[in-house]
Amino acid sequence: MKLSRYLRPVSIAAVTAAVAIGFSGPPVQAAPKQGGTLNFVVPDEPPSWDGHRETTFALIHPFAPFYSLLIKVNPENPSSPTDFVCDLCTGMPTPADGGKTYTFEIKQGVKFHDGTPLTAHDIVASFNKIIFPPEGTTSARIAYFVMVESVSAPDDHTVVFKLKYPSGAFIPALATPFNFIYSKAKLDQDIRWYEKNVMGSGPFKFAGREAGAYVRGERNKDFHVAGQPYLDGFEAIFSNKQAVQVQAIRGDRAAIQFRGFPPKSTEDLVNALGKDITVQESDWNCVLLFTPNHKKKPFDDVRVRRALTLAVDRWGGSQNLSRIAIVKAVGGVAFPGHPLAATKTELEQLPGYWPDINKSRAEAKRLLQEAGVPGLKFELSNRAVDQPYTIVGTWLIDQWRQIGVTVEQKMEPTGPFYARLRSADFDVTVDFNCQSVINPLLDIGKFLSEDIGNESYGAYVDRDLDKMFEAMNRTSDEAEQRKLMRQFEKRVLDEQGHSFVTLWWNRIIPHRSYVKGWKISPSHYLNQDLANVWLDK
Amino acid sequence: MYQYVLKRLLLMIPTLLGAALLVFLLLRLVPGDVCVLRMTGGAGYVDPKAIALCRSELGLDRSYVVQFLTFIWDFVRFDFGKSMWTGRPITEEVGLRFELSLQIAIMATITAIMLAIPLGTISAVKQNTWIDYVVRGFSIAGIAMPSFWLGILIILGLLITTKSVFGSPWMPPIKYVPIWVDPLYNLSMTIFPALATGYRYSAVATRMTRSALLEVLREDYVRTARAKGLVQKLIIRRHALRNALLPVVTIIGIEFAFLMGGLVVTEQVFNLNGLGKLFVASVSNHDYTMTQALVMLVVTIFVVTNFVVDIIYAWLDPRIRYK
Repeated sequence: MKLSRYLRPVSIAAVTAAVAIGFSGPPVQAAPKQGGTLNFVVPDEPPSWDGHRETTFALIHPFAPFYSLLIKVNPENPSSPTDFVCDLCTGMPTPADGGKTYTFEIKQGVKFHDGTPLTAHDIVASFNKIIFPPEGTTSARIAYFVMVESVSAPDDHTVVFKLKYPSGAFIPALATPFNFIYSKAKLDQDIRWYEKNVMGSGPFKFAGREAGAYVRGERNKDFHVAGQPYLDGFEAIFSNKQAVQVQAIRGDRAAIQFRGFPPKSTEDLVNALGKDITVQESDWNCVLLFTPNHKKKPFDDVRVRRALTLAVDRWGGSQNLSRIAIVKAVGGVAFPGHPLAATKTELEQLPGYWPDINKSRAEAKRLLQEAGVPGLKFELSNRAVDQPYTIVGTWLIDQWRQIGVTVEQKMEPTGPFYARLRSADFDVTVDFNCQSVINPLLDIGKFLSEDIGNESYGAYVDRDLDKMFEAMNRTSDEAEQRKLMRQFEKRVLDEQGHSFVTLWWNRIIPHRSYVKGWKISPSHYLNQDLANVWLDK
Repeated sequence: MYQYVLKRLLLMIPTLLGAALLVFLLLRLVPGDVCVLRMTGGAGYVDPKAIALCRSELGLDRSYVVQFLTFIWDFVRFDFGKSMWTGRPITEEVGLRFELSLQIAIMATITAIMLAIPLGTISAVKQNTWIDYVVRGFSIAGIAMPSFWLGILIILGLLITTKSVFGSPWMPPIKYVPIWVDPLYNLSMTIFPALATGYRYSAVATRMTRSALLEVLREDYVRTARAKGLVQKLIIRRHALRNALLPVVTIIGIEFAFLMGGLVVTEQVFNLNGLGKLFVASVSNHDYTMTQALVMLVVTIFVVTNFVVDIIYAWLDPRIRYK
C-alpha cells in the first residue's frame, strides 16, 4: 500500500514527462537507419483484404504498407487536418473549370510488386471501383464521392477527376487511406481478386499470413520513393486482448500498437520501462455522442432534449475523464482544431458548453419542469466496450443525476447494440462518429435526417439541416463553409437538439523508444504505410 | 461389444442433429447480423445497398428453413462452406487453429495426469496426515483459481523476474510456430498455458483419484490382499488404483474435450490462436457458418471422447461387458 502510494505520483510524473518529451516540439532527427523488422500488435483482424470494401482499422494496420495511394496525409505532418501530399502523383493539382476539374500527373517508373508498371489506368480502375462499383461489388465509400462525375485517363500518366460541383470535401476524400491503388489487370481478371490477395506498389511486399495470427511484409526494393522503406520488413501480430498488447510491448514481443491505449496502461508501461518507452498523444477524429429518440416521449419535446445537454459539464469532464479514459477535447460537431471547427468562444454560446455549469443546470431543471417531466427516468442504451463507452455512459448518468434525472444504463455487445440503434429501439443512446481523414464537410453527414443519413439514429427529419449540409458541400469558399457550419452546429446542438457531442477521443500511443520516424495522427487509420519508420537499435 | 459400439455410433446422429438445430436457432435469436457489423465496424458511413448486397451474397435473405436445410445438407457432406466473416473455407480457418488447440489439450492433459494420479494416490494412502492436507490444499487452490488468472500471474511473474535477474523483461512468444519447425520456440510458448490449464485440470482429477481410491481401499478384496501378505505398493498399483481410475478417466475425458474448444480466456491471455479464440470471434462477428461449424466440431469431439471413455472402461474393468 505504501509502495503504491509512493509510486503513483512518480508514475504520473513519468507519464507527464514522457508526454511532454513527445510534445516539446520536433526533436533533432537522427539519420534513419536501414534494416530490422518491426513487430506490432493489431487488436483485431479484418474480414477481407480489400480496402475498398472494408471499414476497419484492422485492415489498415497490416495491409496499408502494401499499397500506394494517389494522395495521402503528409507523413511528416500527420497531425495537420489539411496537409495533403502526393503519393503516386507528382504534385498537388490546382483545380480548373471553377473547381470542377482536378488533373493529376502520375509518377513514371512506378511498379507493382509483380514487376508490372503502374499507370494512370490502374488509378482510374481503382477509383472507378470505389466510386462507381460494378454490379455485385461492394464499396464502402461511394458516399464520400457523391460530387464526382467521372474519372478518366487521357494518357498513361494523367488522371482527370471531373466533379458535378466544386466541393471542399473532394481532396480529403481522395486522401482516405482505404483508397488503395490496385492493378487494373487484376481487377479486369476478377473484380473481387483483392478480397483474398495482395498485390500493390507500396513500400512492403506481402510475405505471408496466418489467419488469426499474423501478416508479414518484406521490404519492396523497387519502391517509388528513393531510399525508403528503411525496415527490412514488418510483422503485424493479431491480439485482441489489451492486457496482452501491453505485456507484449513490455516484454518486447512487439514494439507498438497503433490504435492506442488508455492512460492507465500507458502509465504501467512508462513505470515498467522508463526511457525505453516513448509516448505520443493526439486529439482523435472519433467522438461519442448521445442521441435522444425523437419518436419516443418525452424526447419528442426539444426542451427535454436541451435539458439533457445543459446538464453535462464538458469542461470539467474533460479534465477528469481524460485521466482514466481515452477522451479529452471539448468540441462541437467538427473535429477540434480544424479550420471549420468552433472556437472556444463560439462553443461557449451553445447549451452544454456554458462556462457556468450551475447556471446551465438550473436552466436544465427549469426546462424539465416546463416540459412537465421534473423527475424524468429513462434508459441509456450503450455498447459494452469499456474504453470509452462504459466510462462516458457512466459519467453521463452522473451528470443527469445532478438535475434530478434517473437513468439506467443498458449495456449490450456490439451486434445487439447496432441492431437496437438501427431499429430505433431506445430512449437515449450513446452514439458515435469515427472517421479517418478529417473531413468535417462529410463527417457531419452523421447528423442528417434519418432518411438521408445512413448513420443517423435519432429518428428525425430536418430538411433545413439537410439543405445546410448540401450548401456547405457545394461551395469551395472556406468562409462560407465556416458560416454554414456554425448554423448547422447551432441547429443540431441547440435549436433542435438532435444529437449531442460529449468529448472527443484522445489517442495515446506508448511505444518502444527504438521505433523512430512514425508520427501520431488524429486518426488510427492515417499514416500507416510504415515507409518512413526505422528502428534505432 | 460390437453391437454396443454400433448402437453408440447410431446414437450420435440424433445428438448431432439436436445440437445443430439448437445452435442454428440460438444464433438467429441474437439481434444484429454479420453484414451490418462488418460494414459499420469502423463507424463510418456505409451505403444501405452495400449491406443488402452483402446479405444476399451470404444467403441471409433466404428463409430460416432453407438456411437450416442447407446447413444440415452441407454438414452431412462434411462441407462446412465458407466463413461469413472472412469468406475463406472454414476447414482452412479451423485447421490452422485445431493443431494448436490439440497440442495445448494434450500437454495440459499430460500435466494433469502426471500431477493428479501420484498426488491423489499419496493423499489417499496418507489420509489425514500433513501430506494429505498439503495435497488437498494444493488441489483446492487449483479448483478455486481460474486458469486464465493463473496465466496472467505467470506472465507478470516472468516479466518481473526476468527484468530483475537479466535486466530486460521476457514473456512467452505471442506468435505460434509449429513444434516441428522450432520445438524450443514452440514449447516456450505452449508450456505456460499448458501448465496453467493443466494445474486446474489436475486439481479436479486429484480429488477424484483420492476419493475413489479411499473407497476402493476399504473394499473386501483389498483387505484380502493385505491378509495374504501382499506388499502395499503392489496392492495399490495392481488392485486398488486400477479400479479407482474409472471415475478419473471420465473426468479426464470430459476435460480433454472441453480443452479443445473451451480455453477461451486462457487463449486470449497467452494470445494463442486456438479454437476458443476463434469461437469467441465468430460469435461476436455473427459469423453463423463458422460458429455452427465450431459447435458441431466440439459436439463431435465430446461425443467421440465419451465413446472412447466407455471403451476404456471395459479395458480397465473386465467386469463391464456392455450387454
